[in-house]
Amino acid sequence: MPSATRPTSLWRRLTNFCFIALSSGAAFLVLAPLAAIFGYLVYKGMGSISWAFLTHTPRPVGEPGGGMANAIVGSVTILCLGSIIGVPLGIGSGIYLAEFGRGRYVNVVRFTADVLNGIPSIVVGIAVYALVVLPQQHFSALSGGVALGIMMIPTIARTTEEMLLMVPNTIREAALGLGIPQWRTTLQVTLRTASKGVITGAMLAFARVAGETAPLLFTAFGNQFWNLNPNQPTAALPIQIFAYAISPFDEWHRQAWAGALILIVLIVVAVSAVRVVTSRGNMANNA
Amino acid sequence: MLRFQTPVAPSAGAEPAAQEAASSSAPRIELHTSRISKYLDFSFRYSLLLCSVSIIAVMGLFFYELTSRSKLSITKFGFGFFLGNVWDPVSGDFGARPFIYGTLVSSLVALVLAVPLAVGVSVFVTELCPRYLRGIISFTVELLAAIPSVIYGLWGIFVLAPLLRTYVEPWLGKYFGWTGLFVGPAYGIGMLAAGVILAIMIIPIIASITREVLVAVPQSQREAVLALGATRWEMVRMAVLRNARVGIMGGIILGLGRAIGETMAVTMLIGNRPEVAKSLFAPGYTMASVIANEFSEATDDLYLSALVEIGLVLLIVTVIVNACARLLVWSITRGRTGRANA
Repeated sequence: MPSATRPTSLWRRLTNFCFIALSSGAAFLVLAPLAAIFGYLVYKGMGSISWAFLTHTPRPVGEPGGGMANAIVGSVTILCLGSIIGVPLGIGSGIYLAEFGRGRYVNVVRFTADVLNGIPSIVVGIAVYALVVLPQQHFSALSGGVALGIMMIPTIARTTEEMLLMVPNTIREAALGLGIPQWRTTLQVTLRTASKGVITGAMLAFARVAGETAPLLFTAFGNQFWNLNPNQPTAALPIQIFAYAISPFDEWHRQAWAGALILIVLIVVAVSAVRVVTSRGNMANNA
Repeated sequence: MLRFQTPVAPSAGAEPAAQEAASSSAPRIELHTSRISKYLDFSFRYSLLLCSVSIIAVMGLFFYELTSRSKLSITKFGFGFFLGNVWDPVSGDFGARPFIYGTLVSSLVALVLAVPLAVGVSVFVTELCPRYLRGIISFTVELLAAIPSVIYGLWGIFVLAPLLRTYVEPWLGKYFGWTGLFVGPAYGIGMLAAGVILAIMIIPIIASITREVLVAVPQSQREAVLALGATRWEMVRMAVLRNARVGIMGGIILGLGRAIGETMAVTMLIGNRPEVAKSLFAPGYTMASVIANEFSEATDDLYLSALVEIGLVLLIVTVIVNACARLLVWSITRGRTGRANA
């Protein structure tokens, strides 16, 4: 069989080599910006984070010092409000999709959730402005929370559904076979089995909206001072970073980097924790 | 339960009998279910239904609010809104063409840059790279998706824009200036910077869908082509990419949807000047960034209504784009994940 041992032609070897080089190059090029962004964040941010930055409110232009304490607390407030709205609704719809999922209605919900997930956050901002801010006549942390909560619902619903579908049917049948009513079966057996995955989904959604700026621009609006009243305009870390980044002052630029570093540390910690929890959760599900 | 353990002769008459027995055994289970727990089951189910209705309700409310709030501008300008070149809040003349143009061009630049890279990295991860690198690379790409848009913008202003201004744009102008796309002064900030930052932001979306689709290609297809003596490249081209192209298309459309609606990073990098310019070095303006910049300053009703109409257009376009992408991706991965609706 001479054809079987014939060496691969030069052209074919060349294209193959180019392909491998290009695709490895693509991998490198994709990873490079990530390294650059993290490198810069740490390099620029570390120097600007200080105790004052974490405990003080912003100072007027020209005065050195000041910090983002109110923005950090404001972000936490808005995110808590958002989670209170988004997490129960998201998990509830996820359970419905997975456990009662038959027929056309459920497919429509699935599809709408996926499409809702892709709607620009700025559009969510306008809609919540029209729905909450206009009737109230003023900006508030609450409206910011509504915007972020709405953005969390579809993500959480879809991950919850996926995680519940991974629970073997035999577990449901076993519980129902013992005479346990449906609601207890779902909450205490099925949801509990999938709890790690469901929590992961909720945290991913949380991490995703934690850095959102656009929906907060006309809802929470931002604030230079302390405000703990959820019914008043409230500062948020991303808004503050945006305002400082586009300002012409070096001092504010430094603070923007510091704020960005704090924001990303919060998010990366959340995402990495999620990663650890999921890898364990999968093992538990397989076992 | 015991009934099924006793051997039943497989005759036509036995089956109705068994069904009868099954239905008669049902009330026995009912005895153990109290009325309260039945009520709880009912309310459990319908409160969950209510939760899921919220998703559809939100979508409906969005459409309703944006349509009703933009009625003023829709009735005043009609279709001319999309063709008008002038955006002048003072005289009350609003045309969205510069913003539509800016959104389209910056998204297009982003796609041109992102698609080859995203497909390349997915092919590298699924077909080429050693197993121990796989998890690390896909995790890192996922991290790219977790970085907030405002941080991309910050990095873009202080790192990417100077880089483009001093190195990339002069070089492009020198060698590719004849295309007319790379002429004029190099500001750094402009359409090109917005396109590059968008590309970095949509790569993880396209890459994660592409990887999912590539993994879904049956291993036997690869083995068959390799057994015929194909090189790696030929294997990827004939067995993998050909089978996965519809799904990759879905990923690309999904990335496009994200690029169209992306706000903060673009606002910080595109230069925010409502002009239609051919050169990519020139500053531009997108639909999302005009809303971000001007919405809270819009005082009179017509101005606000014009901005809301831009938002409505964004909503409609992204809904269509995402619906197409989802349908494409679903048609590929549905069988594999074994969804209930498959």
